Amino acid sequence: MSHRDHHDDIAPIRENIRKGINKNGKKEFWRSLEELADTERFREFLHREFPAVNPSEADPSWLDPVGRRNFLKLMSASLAFAGLTACTNQPKEHIVPYVKTPDGLVPGKPQFYATAMPLGGVASGLLVESHEGRPTKIEGNPSHPASLGGTTVYEQASILNLYDPDRSQTPLKLGNPSTWGEFLNELNTYLNGAPEKQIEGQRAKQGAGLRILTETITSPTFADQMNKVKAAFPQMKWHVYEPASRDGARVGAQMAFGQPVNTVYQFDKADVVLSLDADFLTNGPGSVRYSRDFINRRRLTGGSNEMNRLYVVESAMTTTGAKADHRLPMRASDVEAFARAVASAVGASGAPPASLSGDAAKFAEAVAKDLKAHNGKSIVIAGEHQPASVHAIAHAINAALGAPGATLYYTDPIEINPVDQIASIKDLVNDLNAGKVELLVIIGANPVYNAPVFEGGQTGQTFLDAMKKSPMRVQMGLFNDETAANCQWHVSETHYLEGWSDARAYDGAVSIIQPLIQPLYNSKSPHELLAAMLDQGGAASHDIVRDYWRTQPQLSGNFDQNWKQSLHDGLIANTALPSKTFGLKSDLNASIKPATPGKYEIVFRVDPSVHDGRFSNNSWLQELPKPITKITWDNFVFISQNTADEIQLNPNAEPHKGAAKMIRLVNEGLHPLEMPVWVQPGHPDNTVTVYLGYGRERAGNVGNGHGFNTYAIRNVNTPFIAAGNVRLEKAEGEYRLASTQEHFNIDASGIDVRAYIPERDDLIDRHIIRTATLEEYKKAPEAIKHRGHTPGEETTIYPPWNYKDAETVDGRDAPLYNWGMAIDMNACTGCNACVVACQSENNTATVGKEMVFRGRVMHWLRIDTYFRGGTANPQVFFQPMMCQHCENAPCETVCPVNAAVHDAEGLNLQVYNRCVGTRYCANNCPWKVRRFNYLLYGDWDTPSLKLARNPEVTVRSRGVMEKCTFCLQRIIAGKIEAEKQNRFVQDGEIQTACQSACPTEAIIFGDIGAKSNPVGQPPQTRVAKLKAEPRNYQMLAELNTRPRASYLAAITNPNPELEGADHAKSGEKHG
Amino acid sequence: MPQLFTRSTNTLARLSIAVVILLLGLGGWLFLELNRSPFVTQAFVAREQPVQFSHKHHAGDDGIDCRYCHTTVETTATAGMPATKTCMNCHSQLFANSPYLEIVRDSWRSGKPIKWTRVHDLPDFAYFNHSIHVNKGVGCSTCHGQVDHMPLMWNTSSLQMEWCLECHRNPEKVLREQKDITSMDWRPPADQAEKGKELARKYNIQPTRVLTSCSTCHR
Repeated sequence: MSHRDHHDDIAPIRENIRKGINKNGKKEFWRSLEELADTERFREFLHREFPAVNPSEADPSWLDPVGRRNFLKLMSASLAFAGLTACTNQPKEHIVPYVKTPDGLVPGKPQFYATAMPLGGVASGLLVESHEGRPTKIEGNPSHPASLGGTTVYEQASILNLYDPDRSQTPLKLGNPSTWGEFLNELNTYLNGAPEKQIEGQRAKQGAGLRILTETITSPTFADQMNKVKAAFPQMKWHVYEPASRDGARVGAQMAFGQPVNTVYQFDKADVVLSLDADFLTNGPGSVRYSRDFINRRRLTGGSNEMNRLYVVESAMTTTGAKADHRLPMRASDVEAFARAVASAVGASGAPPASLSGDAAKFAEAVAKDLKAHNGKSIVIAGEHQPASVHAIAHAINAALGAPGATLYYTDPIEINPVDQIASIKDLVNDLNAGKVELLVIIGANPVYNAPVFEGGQTGQTFLDAMKKSPMRVQMGLFNDETAANCQWHVSETHYLEGWSDARAYDGAVSIIQPLIQPLYNSKSPHELLAAMLDQGGAASHDIVRDYWRTQPQLSGNFDQNWKQSLHDGLIANTALPSKTFGLKSDLNASIKPATPGKYEIVFRVDPSVHDGRFSNNSWLQELPKPITKITWDNFVFISQNTADEIQLNPNAEPHKGAAKMIRLVNEGLHPLEMPVWVQPGHPDNTVTVYLGYGRERAGNVGNGHGFNTYAIRNVNTPFIAAGNVRLEKAEGEYRLASTQEHFNIDASGIDVRAYIPERDDLIDRHIIRTATLEEYKKAPEAIKHRGHTPGEETTIYPPWNYKDAETVDGRDAPLYNWGMAIDMNACTGCNACVVACQSENNTATVGKEMVFRGRVMHWLRIDTYFRGGTANPQVFFQPMMCQHCENAPCETVCPVNAAVHDAEGLNLQVYNRCVGTRYCANNCPWKVRRFNYLLYGDWDTPSLKLARNPEVTVRSRGVMEKCTFCLQRIIAGKIEAEKQNRFVQDGEIQTACQSACPTEAIIFGDIGAKSNPVGQPPQTRVAKLKAEPRNYQMLAELNTRPRASYLAAITNPNPELEGADHAKSGEKHG
Repeated sequence: MPQLFTRSTNTLARLSIAVVILLLGLGGWLFLELNRSPFVTQAFVAREQPVQFSHKHHAGDDGIDCRYCHTTVETTATAGMPATKTCMNCHSQLFANSPYLEIVRDSWRSGKPIKWTRVHDLPDFAYFNHSIHVNKGVGCSTCHGQVDHMPLMWNTSSLQMEWCLECHRNPEKVLREQKDITSMDWRPPADQAEKGKELARKYNIQPTRVLTSCSTCHR
């Protein structure tokens, strides 16, 4: 890899990068800074399907000590004997039937149970697929208000957490295996006292020395139990802490209304949305439902020309910002002033006005005007990590715009203990330091790892320091983690698929969390632990939850029947919290203290893959390319190009992620932290953003040692936005970040290669991404289709695809389907749920950071991210990319062993048993969607991981090519069911895994023609209708491979008043 | 210098080429035949089972329908191996003290399942579905042979892909009426060519190019 280190060479290139154009002065869409700079590594990844990695760049431990000659000798010997392996019988297999088949279970037929997964305490409804008693796949529950069938990456990946072999498997006493019974004895000693051991029981002291620390809890049963614990130990304190605490919203509501309030947004009713640094499409309670509602207002299908408009002011590039019609990068601490400016412009009461300048002022003015014009049809939403004042101002703006009751409503909080969590854990640390805590019970939390740094000493006090002052510490958790290692007792906790519980959704609706499997290990649920504190150590979680609901009015009457119905529906009827009206406080003005930004600031956000670190040991999530950056296995520092230049990072080199520069983050009063830097287009200047959740020491074999522990530079007083005493310094060294953003580049269109069209004898741009503004689209809807070039039917030596039922033998009315897919880029929010769903459904292996770095990631489905415009504030487009199932598939013609073949219904198949691994097919695939198993990537030995696999899909071994099958197993299952009933497959009956996981219905699969679309009739299926939309286009159509997947162009709805104020034009202005 | 090779060597040389080709061909043919033979496929080899269960007795002598034990053959991919409970339905009364059934009674008492040896073992890469075959007129005996004549179970076919394809290419040859599905002594009638086509229409059997697509069985 050469670096052009001379200032003269690099300066013009860097200037072009800022403008978002390549060195030839051309480039509409681009994928990475490397692409704009046209670096050697980018070219390697562009031109070669299987890029070579420079040995000097590779991890030394992966360099093969066996020389090429020796390798060939060994290989030829193995090859000579390989034929003999065919001469063996298959190993003897056994059939082990049940002794008594469980009721309702039909071997070979998966069952679905409704349950819910709590994250941050808030439930999302799920349907979990179970094969002979083992859960294998998570789906959204279509009748649950928070899901409507969609899921997030966390829910999809949670199945792997259940089977994680590193999970804590038994209670531990001082790190040694123990039993629940022994734990109960010891707990009893500390609660009831043991004079012979000089232990004074907490019961006698009314619990004065007892502290319970949990994460956010919405479970009504837990609340009921906690009330009983409080009654038994009146002086006990319950503390709540988790890193993504949503304190801003809680305290902001307190400021605005004088009491904690839960806000439920109804994006399906809003025409104009302003996000104040809120990533509401992928983060926080209700994000799946919010995505669906939001996208439903901009679908533009079935002749609709109506679209909502989204303004986003944000401190880091998020997927919500990517979907914005207007996006303004802004430092997190400046958002408050912006919010006040908008508030005073719309006439909201209670917020002191602010003066803005430049772009921000113009932006605020236009936004306020648009909001006012849509009175009662607008929403202003503040970000989770924004301070309380921004939330309070947002409430005031919403009130002024008539939003309450129209586009949002307020309810009582869904949390049981809606406290300021930072204040709560500070209080706990104070009590610990004062020696007031004698028995600390931590349920489900891992504060030793994820608590911020507290006040005290030269460099602050860690939670561990304080915690050790409690003589007796008990922790319950899924993992033997950092906190467990520092407690006398650790109790293994049940996964949500193993134990009974309940939880509220974003709107308060309660779901019973119904387990699908007996606990795999000696684990107990938090309910059972609380019961033990109430001297009911033997109670089972099922009985606790059921007995609580027996007393509740919602299930009264025929309780057994109602209970069963609630389990079946995944929802207890009439539990959604009622809408309430709250009056704005009149002294709101006084309570808002303007922020005091410093020169630099650090913003802390939860990671879009591993969240706050609770999913660190989940390899699906670790290897999931994070939205926008596509980085895997690491966290890093987001920084803008200007700020990177200012602190002399990387001043003379081309961008190069293989060797990311290091930065030292100094948050005054804490230990500094050195981390790699990621120059992010669209990131505001003078601020950096870091993800939480990395740098784990006791996460498990997968999660340990990846990334950097940013909790160590998180001050308890500024947990989300560290402004003021922050320094950014250049540090020595380089770091390898494995980003898939530069992998699988489809085309260098606009750089120097354009498609040659023989008929026109001309070169055309390929228009991989097609987009238009709403005005342009209304004027000329068909223009999108005509932007590319689709060759005529006759321009091929292959016979055309036979869509008719010509082969219907002897007049038999046999169904013949033509499977296809339509992907709406207008609806895709880049949330990644489909990527994990695909991995879970299709037994796809993970490969590890080194292999990702070499471009060998195995995902069948990826989300390509394209940018347009200058790096200061580019537009972003997401394009989910999987096998396009070409009718004239280029992969099939080059396979020497006929492993890549077509089936009768238009699916492009990969026959693993024929594949010999020549990789010609992948070389010949213009979409770069084929994946090769260089090594045996999957874990075939760990027993618990075997349980997680989908039995309907082959588990691939080394040396085999694989790729998206359109979920063949689901197609066949659907067809067989239909044929048994002598009918056609109904539209929507077969859903691919990506389709069913998608929160916004961006991916639609089905029959694109033939039977369902007789000649002369309009198309009937959903996918066929989408393909008839004017926005529909085939990617790389000019290659004449006739892909069965097609894309619907992304349409934006810009405000004419802000023409040129942001996005594409801003690059030139700043450049 | 004398000639090393006489003219006759030419003939030998040509002959040896032919012989080598023939030998290679023979070797290949032998290999393929060996691969198809019961030596490899284990066809017609009765397997030892933990319980001396006789299909001849149950299906033949007693005339119990296949579906009494293989309950899910019409609804799911697997035919369904009977649970111990199914055995005990009768054997709690009949032969209740037979030493042959001690393993069954022990399973019933202890709750530990019986571990049968698999007879029809398809490669794991083939995803076979019983229900669609049975529903579309492929009877039990077509693949499993006359089970009512087998004291211990054996497979009567190679279970190799060429054997599957024989029917998938010409399903008409084996289709029968639903009433005959579990009949053990069903033989194709004289007019099967006619009858098969008629049944294929009735059952909406898919076109051959669908039935012989790789995706029909492999995924």
